[in-house]
Amino acid sequence: MATQVIMPKLSPTMEEGQLSRWLKKEGDKVSMGEPLAEIDTDKATMEMQALGNGVLRKIFIQEGESAPLGQLIAIIGEPDEDISSITSQAPAATPAKAETPPAEKEETEEVKPATPAEADTPASGNGRQTPAPVAQAATGRLIVSPLAARMAAESGIDLRSVNGSGPGGRIIKRDVEGLISQQGSTAPGVATKQTHLRAVGSPAQKSAITAASAYHDEPASEMRRTIAKRLVTSLGPVPHFFLTTEIEMDRAAEMRSGINELDPELKISVNDIIIKVAAAALLQHRQVNASFQDKFVRYYEHADIGVAVAIEEGLVTPIIRAADQKSLSDIASEVRDLAGRARERKLRPEEYMGASFSISNLGMFGIDEFTAVINPPEGAILAIGAMSPKPVVRNNEVVVRQMMRVTMSCDHRVIDGATGARFLQTFKKILENPLFLIV
Amino acid sequence: MAIVTMREALNQAIREEMQRDDNVFLMGEEVAAYQGAYKVTKGLLEELGPKRVIDTPITELGFAGLGVGAAMAGLRPIVEFMTFNFSILATDQIINSAAKMLYMSGGQFNIPIVFRGPGGSAFQVSSQHSQALESWFAYFPGLKVVMPSTPADAKGLLKSSIRDNDPVIFIEQERMYGNKGEVSDDPEFTIPLGVADIKREGKDATIVARSLMVPVALKAAEALEKEGVSCEVIDPRTIRPLDIHTIVESVKKTNRVVIAEESHPFCGVAAEIASEIMERAFDYLDAPVKRVSGVDVPMPYAKNLEDAAIPKVEQIVAAVRQVAYIE
Repeated sequence: MATQVIMPKLSPTMEEGQLSRWLKKEGDKVSMGEPLAEIDTDKATMEMQALGNGVLRKIFIQEGESAPLGQLIAIIGEPDEDISSITSQAPAATPAKAETPPAEKEETEEVKPATPAEADTPASGNGRQTPAPVAQAATGRLIVSPLAARMAAESGIDLRSVNGSGPGGRIIKRDVEGLISQQGSTAPGVATKQTHLRAVGSPAQKSAITAASAYHDEPASEMRRTIAKRLVTSLGPVPHFFLTTEIEMDRAAEMRSGINELDPELKISVNDIIIKVAAAALLQHRQVNASFQDKFVRYYEHADIGVAVAIEEGLVTPIIRAADQKSLSDIASEVRDLAGRARERKLRPEEYMGASFSISNLGMFGIDEFTAVINPPEGAILAIGAMSPKPVVRNNEVVVRQMMRVTMSCDHRVIDGATGARFLQTFKKILENPLFLIV
Repeated sequence: MAIVTMREALNQAIREEMQRDDNVFLMGEEVAAYQGAYKVTKGLLEELGPKRVIDTPITELGFAGLGVGAAMAGLRPIVEFMTFNFSILATDQIINSAAKMLYMSGGQFNIPIVFRGPGGSAFQVSSQHSQALESWFAYFPGLKVVMPSTPADAKGLLKSSIRDNDPVIFIEQERMYGNKGEVSDDPEFTIPLGVADIKREGKDATIVARSLMVPVALKAAEALEKEGVSCEVIDPRTIRPLDIHTIVESVKKTNRVVIAEESHPFCGVAAEIASEIMERAFDYLDAPVKRVSGVDVPMPYAKNLEDAAIPKVEQIVAAVRQVAYIE
């Protein structure tokens, strides 16, 4: 039976996708799970996998064209299968250049939804009414049996990672059962309960952490809410305020070159040290590692630090998960990997969504000092300026030190001036004396 | 224990209860001299006499009303409809008098009456004489509705119905009078109303079936067992009060349900059961509840069309395969 390939939902906010590149052409053999095309979403370029076996019989949208979620974009079928009933239903794509051929328009207007009709009579028993499996994500919402949903919730399985084997891609009991039995082994895409409650400092897990931080929510106090309400009326939905301090970076720079001399392969940057220090400071100031959620304030258990990366089309903030638990070398290699893939627009949504705190560094552009805009719902962002030698007074003498100015933007609904200042104080103290990282 | 037919089991129940309680009497068309159109009342006139086994004129509304009056006066009538198709004529007395009297009299008048007779499809008696009316009666508060599927259930449930102080609609299946089974001869053998029976235990899917569909469901379960699908078959036996607890517990175990019935699907008993399951066991369902009902047309006369209108083993098998996601 032919498989209808439809524009899948590849990011949580995606409404349509642009076909960047077909990896198969009409007539090519494809098998389940094989990459079929690359799709540009609003966030990244993602690979789309085939959800059926056979031959790529027909392509409806060309490279550069866009289609809304759920639109038929290709058909996979047997080489000799009659697919005319499906082809006649294909709506026209939105071409990159406006040149819709008007000839086929009438046909498309009569199109009914491509759901295979179920027989009206109860159970005709010929088995033909089972529709071809379609990825649950393709329709933009998960289709899950109530039982499977409950089982997944109880086992901490992320349903988005489950392939539904029921009609229309419905996720059913056996799909979840399969994953539950794999739990404990290293099932890909399965967020087990253990990762939510993972023990602090168990070294074996450190570099493998990719899941978002655990958190707990506390009801926002009346005062908190009043502060929030009043500040929002003044400054917009996220009332920012800014705290600036100047940090002496000589010891941090020394530490960096010391480490890199030991092992040049590590290639630790000052920014990696800043990430590590920010994570350490955040764990000491939980109010800053938090997010205002209207009725409650969410406190994260780990520092999931977003690192702003400039790319050609704009900006993304890939996330170092639980940076507080990772070594400098882990952070360095992870940042390199994420930034590289960010520039190629190959990040997966979970790699750039849901940080607890962000860092933006414009030092390499020679910017001395700037303010950054908070990425909601995070509570704060740290803007890092350039490190430069400056005359400063130490022990009544003018000496030259490597100075760096940082400005923290705080969401005043959750962080007050003194709270932010105390965090920045700790951040500065550790960065000026990086030995604090290990004591 | 003896092997008897459904017809004989019902006869035993009536005889035993009439012997046990002098207030019980039987009336209906052809129940006495002719010994019943389906011979359920065989031998009763001779044994219990014309005061207690009474032939009525062809006036369903009349003798149903007479029965309600007798019940109000303290007797315990068993009113036989030659078939439940004719009960349609008596519905004013059944629904407006029998069902509501206890309520409208502020609890002063119990109506201990049994309306019984064959219902559902028969053999080529066409549209007006082949209909399953249980959902009609089950709709009204005040009526109990009983539908046995085995001779033992028929006897035990009819005895309980006769002893019950409320009006009971007791629907026998016209095609099942000759079905045989083991039946207790203990005069105190009864089966309580409102208790479902698990006719077969299983773990992969639940088939809820009543009356004529119980043996069909059991055959379907046998066929599915060969494919490795284990089905639980539940017979509610009493449609109202419905033992939803037993059904829900089964669904919690199997996660999939097929409800088989020979009645029309629309506003049918299966629709009610499906709704109850959805409300009480939603989080346990792995597939939508599936109904296998009679075809939504008046019963055809032609043999081939009649066959096509009544659910078959294959349809139940296909429905179970569907809810169990078997390709």
